[in-house]
Amino acid sequence: MSSRIKIIDVGLGNIASIQNMLKKIGQDSDRMLEPTVKNSDIDLLILPGVGSYDYAMKKLNSGGWTEYIKELATDKKVQVMGICLGMQLLCDGSEEGDLSGLSLVPGHFKKFSSNGGADRLKVPHMGWNTVHYNERGSWMMDGHEDDPRYYFVHSYYYTHHQPTYVAGTTGYGVEYGSAIQNGNVFGFQFHPEKSHRFGMNLLRNVIKQLC
Amino acid sequence: MGDPINAIRIFNDKEVDELMVLDIVASKEGKEPDYRMIELFAGECFMPLCYGGGIKTMEQADRIFNMGVEKISIQTAAIENLGLIREVADKYGNQAVVISVDIKRTLFGGAKLYRSATSDTDKENWKSFLTRAVDAGAGEVLINAVDKDGTLSGPDLELIREANSELDIPLIALGGVSSLEDIRLAVEAGASAVAAGAFFVFHGPHRAVLITYPKYEELENLFLNGKNE
Repeated sequence: MSSRIKIIDVGLGNIASIQNMLKKIGQDSDRMLEPTVKNSDIDLLILPGVGSYDYAMKKLNSGGWTEYIKELATDKKVQVMGICLGMQLLCDGSEEGDLSGLSLVPGHFKKFSSNGGADRLKVPHMGWNTVHYNERGSWMMDGHEDDPRYYFVHSYYYTHHQPTYVAGTTGYGVEYGSAIQNGNVFGFQFHPEKSHRFGMNLLRNVIKQLC
Repeated sequence: MGDPINAIRIFNDKEVDELMVLDIVASKEGKEPDYRMIELFAGECFMPLCYGGGIKTMEQADRIFNMGVEKISIQTAAIENLGLIREVADKYGNQAVVISVDIKRTLFGGAKLYRSATSDTDKENWKSFLTRAVDAGAGEVLINAVDKDGTLSGPDLELIREANSELDIPLIALGGVSSLEDIRLAVEAGASAVAAGAFFVFHGPHRAVLITYPKYEELENLFLNGKNE
């Protein structure tokens, strides 16, 4: 039987790692190579992502994925989760590229400025950092008392003129939204699949949300 | 050190920040990476995983990334030709490529780029080599003080300071770490991360194998209070 968790496989990002961790928490998942699966057969659609913004959007646009994902997201029974660049693709766009994103969560991405000097910020933001969840993201931190830690690798950060869609924040030179949510669409700038017990717990919380 | 898969499970439990698996004989013996072993590692490793050893071609790199490895570390192939670094960075991003260098101290305290595959030193200045590797697309530098490797005699802080002043990308320092205090000093000298093998794996004067790893609170205290309690 095929699984109701699908991971978009267009050569963006580390699908094996995500599948390994889902398996560890008792969930089967399938790679999805074509945008053909009916929404009634999907509980959770995962959009992973590593690489550059335009390269990824070109892949999604040319494969018919862009329309497919937008259409799927209108079905509120399906949860759509973006990871790392995948989260950025869910938004409107990024300084990194010229192409429009999926516009499922309002927001744009700006590059961290490394600003020179002895205390210069190293870019990419790479390594472990904490996420402070707010009310919107309270379901994401179920099971933790203190702010959980996750593994990050990115050079661009989420911005929006209002904090409406921010579910959790992280500080790296600036305080920015590292977990975002708009209804059934949400994203994480960090890699839960590489954040051992914290990431496992987050994925368990995601699974609990599924209808 | 026994079964490496078992070691990875223990590292998972101990919430290790990142794992590097370096096959230090693959290049020396001209061998292919051990794909079966890498796949086993990737399947069990719920933290970032970097593999290095014997990678010479893009096909090999593709195969390793597809198994669930986040980063690859390139040393021998890069000394011969930086093209591979460029190619991997273009496809997987700079964050996926670690340039690894072995640095050997000379009798007079100078520092030389050391080729572990052939056990000789290179004429090119190590800092200019690193600059070229970063320009080619490396997103992280692993600097190994070979004279310190496995000695538990403390890191080469001067080397870390010098490397850090040249670099705008994260620097991982390897070699000589024997205590939490050494880790603090290495970070103070400019390392973004400190790697250790012997310190985490061996225990006591007879080097019994006992996998240990500092608790998060210990590391947090180390950097907040500047002391190891």
